[in-house]
Amino acid sequence: MQESLYRFLLGGTLVTLFAMLADVLRPKSFAGLFGAAPSIALATLTLTIVHEGRTAAALEARSMVPGALGFLVYAAMVSWTLRRWKTSTLWTTVLLMPLWFVVSFSTAGLFSMATAR
Amino acid sequence: MIEIRTSALRESKPHEYLLRFLFGGLCSLLAGLVAKRYGPEIGGLFLAFPAIFPAGASLIESHERRKKRAIGKDGTLRGRMAAASDAAGAALGCVGLALFGWTLWQLLPRLHSALCLVLASLVWLVITPGLWELRRRRFLARRCRGRSKVSG
Repeated sequence: MQESLYRFLLGGTLVTLFAMLADVLRPKSFAGLFGAAPSIALATLTLTIVHEGRTAAALEARSMVPGALGFLVYAAMVSWTLRRWKTSTLWTTVLLMPLWFVVSFSTAGLFSMATAR
Repeated sequence: MIEIRTSALRESKPHEYLLRFLFGGLCSLLAGLVAKRYGPEIGGLFLAFPAIFPAGASLIESHERRKKRAIGKDGTLRGRMAAASDAAGAALGCVGLALFGWTLWQLLPRLHSALCLVLASLVWLVITPGLWELRRRRFLARRCRGRSKVSG
């Protein structure tokens, strides 16, 4: 219970700090870099190292690579859709979310097979 | 040129920061629970899950729209284009995020944990703005070539 509380507080704080940093930076494309900042990763991995050790944390970090690839494809698709079709930002970002799952999980499968060899 | 506008902090209302805090906290909690239930391989994927991205991008759209409405214009299109630029930046940031994970994966079994976190953060801090600058230069060079073709 206490670990969950730490996780929640640390994650919330880091995400808010990175978001504040993105708010004050211009141009928008540069500020956008902070939309993919490792805020949640820093909070989660720090607690994983403390509670479960470095081996578990290294495995979590390895899985971040396909996860980030999924995020890349998703963010690029959001950007393209907004420019091309000028759709609502909220609907575009929510409706394209399954793309993250498809790319991340399929790449993770391939990545595991490649690194297991 | 990269600018820092601290006045932009006043554009966000307290409940918007609270929303980000809650989303961030819940996301970290979710990543931890998934890792416990399904193992670190699946849990790790959620460390790069864009959970707070829709909220952040929507806030950008609404801030731009609000600014334009204050001077009597619609601002919807402007807001969506600002969100599109933000998303393009985030896509670039993902390369840094992947390298952050890769660095930790490689270093954690060998070096002290705190040092690994510092080194991985440094990789992110150097690579991400570096990629953005590279893209900006390529964009400017393409625009200059376009202009010289028109004038030539």
